Amino acid sequence: MIIRIMGEGQVSLAESHLTALNKLDDELLAELQSGDEPAFRRTLTALLDAVRHLGTPLPDDALEPSELILPAPDATLDEVRAMLNDDGLIPG
Amino acid sequence: MSGVMKRMGMIFRAKANKALDRAEDPRETLDYSYQKQLELLQKVRRGVADVATSRKRLELQLNQLQSQSSKLEDQGRKALALGREDLAREALSRRAALQQQVTDLETQHSTLQGEEEKLTLAAQRLQAKVDAFRTKKETIKATYTAAQAQTRIGEAFSGISEEMGDVGLAIQRAEDKTAQLQARAGALDELLASGALDDPTGLAKDDIQSELDRLSGGTDVELELQRMKAELAGGPSASQQAIEGGTGQPQPQQQQSQDTPRFDKQ
Repeated sequence: MIIRIMGEGQVSLAESHLTALNKLDDELLAELQSGDEPAFRRTLTALLDAVRHLGTPLPDDALEPSELILPAPDATLDEVRAMLNDDGLIPG
Repeated sequence: MSGVMKRMGMIFRAKANKALDRAEDPRETLDYSYQKQLELLQKVRRGVADVATSRKRLELQLNQLQSQSSKLEDQGRKALALGREDLAREALSRRAALQQQVTDLETQHSTLQGEEEKLTLAAQRLQAKVDAFRTKKETIKATYTAAQAQTRIGEAFSGISEEMGDVGLAIQRAEDKTAQLQARAGALDELLASGALDDPTGLAKDDIQSELDRLSGGTDVELELQRMKAELAGGPSASQQAIEGGTGQPQPQQQQSQDTPRFDKQ
């Protein structure tokens, strides 16, 4: 499956790795909801590192729809929270 | 999955073109339907063939029966010629039984022929329908493929949109950082100007030094004014005396004033 790390590009990742990533992802969501910025930062970094480590980067000129999308490494808790509101990132 | 990854992905997908239904490819459905129609047509054709086979078998049987009937008629005629009326009667009664079978078979043959004609007509109509469906199917498939291509383009754009979202955020972050740096630079200037921070370059002056400079500058102007007045009154030496007298400076200071022109001190 194709995962996009915003601001970095896309990686192709075997679905067998999803279970491990889901754990971190769920933690990230919980920390986002509780507003724990340091824990959010740690988990986001760990999640992005795992995706980069386990996945294969797609060429920059590849235009594949992303099945999963991750925030940029330096995205703040508030930014990610804003991304997840109803309007999303792309207006309209 | 219910985490951030999935939710962000869903938000992006909600923005993407929803035209393509990934669950079912209508081209496959059309091909399947066409296949089913062909199978039905095949069954009808097989039915027509079966009926035709039965009809031919009946025709063979009829031929045989008629042949036997003719034979018995001949036998009866011969028996009668030989004066064997009993044999002739036997032959004719057998022929009558065969004739009844022939009549029955002819009825069956006629029915089968009617069925065969109906089935042949049905098969021809079905064949025409299947042919029409095949043409329509290919048209629909071509249209669908075109629509799918358009959707793919839409999806590609949605991919670009994701990147645009990235770029938008990156620009926002860069603007924020620039504004922050500008604000910080402004604050530093103020702090240096007020003397709260030391300027390692030595270019900036604190407010006390500025005031001193302003005062000394003012004094120099006054001194210069007096010197010019003295010059007008009686030459350079007189003017020097006048200044010295005016300011009440001690002797060593006078010597320094002569050695170094005042304009150079500015």
